[in-house]
Amino acid sequence: MKNVFLPNSIEEFRQIWSAVPDAVLMAGGTDLLVSLREGKTKVKNIISLERISELRHIDCSGGEILIGSLVTHQQILDAPIIAEALPVLRQAASLLGSPAVRHMGTIGGNICTASPAADLLPALYLLDARLELHTERTKRTVPITDFIIGPRQTSLSEGEFLYRIRVPIPVPNTRAYYFKVGQRKALAITIASMAALLRLDTDMTVLEGRFSWGSVGPTVLRFPETEKILQNQKLSEPLLKEIGEKSARLTEPISDIQASADYRRMLVSNFPLRLLQAEKYTGSNGKK
Amino acid sequence: MKISFRLNEKMIEIETAPDRRVIDLLREDLGITGTKEGCGSGECGACTVLIDGVSKLSCLMLAAQLEGRSITTIEGLVQDGKLHPVQKAFVSHGAVQCGFCSPGMVMSAVDLLQRNPLPGRQEIRRAVSGNLCRCTGYQKIIDAIQSAAKELD
Repeated sequence: MKNVFLPNSIEEFRQIWSAVPDAVLMAGGTDLLVSLREGKTKVKNIISLERISELRHIDCSGGEILIGSLVTHQQILDAPIIAEALPVLRQAASLLGSPAVRHMGTIGGNICTASPAADLLPALYLLDARLELHTERTKRTVPITDFIIGPRQTSLSEGEFLYRIRVPIPVPNTRAYYFKVGQRKALAITIASMAALLRLDTDMTVLEGRFSWGSVGPTVLRFPETEKILQNQKLSEPLLKEIGEKSARLTEPISDIQASADYRRMLVSNFPLRLLQAEKYTGSNGKK
Repeated sequence: MKISFRLNEKMIEIETAPDRRVIDLLREDLGITGTKEGCGSGECGACTVLIDGVSKLSCLMLAAQLEGRSITTIEGLVQDGKLHPVQKAFVSHGAVQCGFCSPGMVMSAVDLLQRNPLPGRQEIRRAVSGNLCRCTGYQKIIDAIQSAAKELD
């Protein structure tokens, strides 16, 4: 039998954690409880963070959106500020799991589980999200790219937990896109995904282009050198084709039960072409 | 450990292991077997219940998490011996084949109608996208939910 603790505040959580330092932290439980049941993770003590209201807020401050680690995917979908400022994150959340999973699963859980196929991660990489990590005595903020170091591996130190996520709000008139391919439309593990941001001049010249790729490497990937190709070029099909092909060569997909590595590379090389097909886009103000 | 919570509008207190899954607590300890277990890993929706009115998966919740909460199972939808409009619509539209997915489907539909009283067919599909029906009777389920929405409105 495992002990389950449900602290109501950060202070109470710290007291419990220092008494049972071997405890595993549970966010929404949608991954953890499956792996516990499969016997992959062996633990004696579980600390559920779901009752710490401090971790469940979404705030806006100093050009950043601050998202508590225990904010659920449904909260992301429901928050007007996310729809307005970070539509790409909202889109990612809308494609994750099923309604019940979105009511339970959290952004912090999605990040700390660090699956290369995690649905929120391409959006968070794209937005240059930074993570606030707290211990009892220290606080540090690290870019998400430095936090996730491999499949299901993070650089969390002992006694450290993810307190909140800081996401800089993109400048106005940035278009955001998120595409995911899975075996079906709901409850599907991502075979490959792409999140993209484009900032265009009135004549369709690309001022800035960002692309992140999910499920085609040990972590979500971005290729800054490839992104530079876009700069000051007119947005066109050949240009997007080049981005797709160059990115596909840089990815490191595996073949698994979902799909082959070749298929994943093919998706990567074709994803950017969808930007042209996307009839609708959402600017950072939620307007065309 | 002793936990107390509201189960289908009645306060109960029960001695259980804190890491017991809510689905096992319901079915095996309390004998409330309307809620089904399909996959046990959050992929099928058969075990869907409402926690404080919000649909969640009882196979991915621990008994301790119920402390002080209110849980509604399919049994709790019946009021004064009368079926909930969603249940009634499932019956009248023949939205039941083997019946195993029905409790979860109904709970997901109730959650949907609380958020969105007049959903379109696409919104209904999305709302039950986490509930698998292996008999594949989806069209009638969607018909039933649409008709219940009209009835409730």
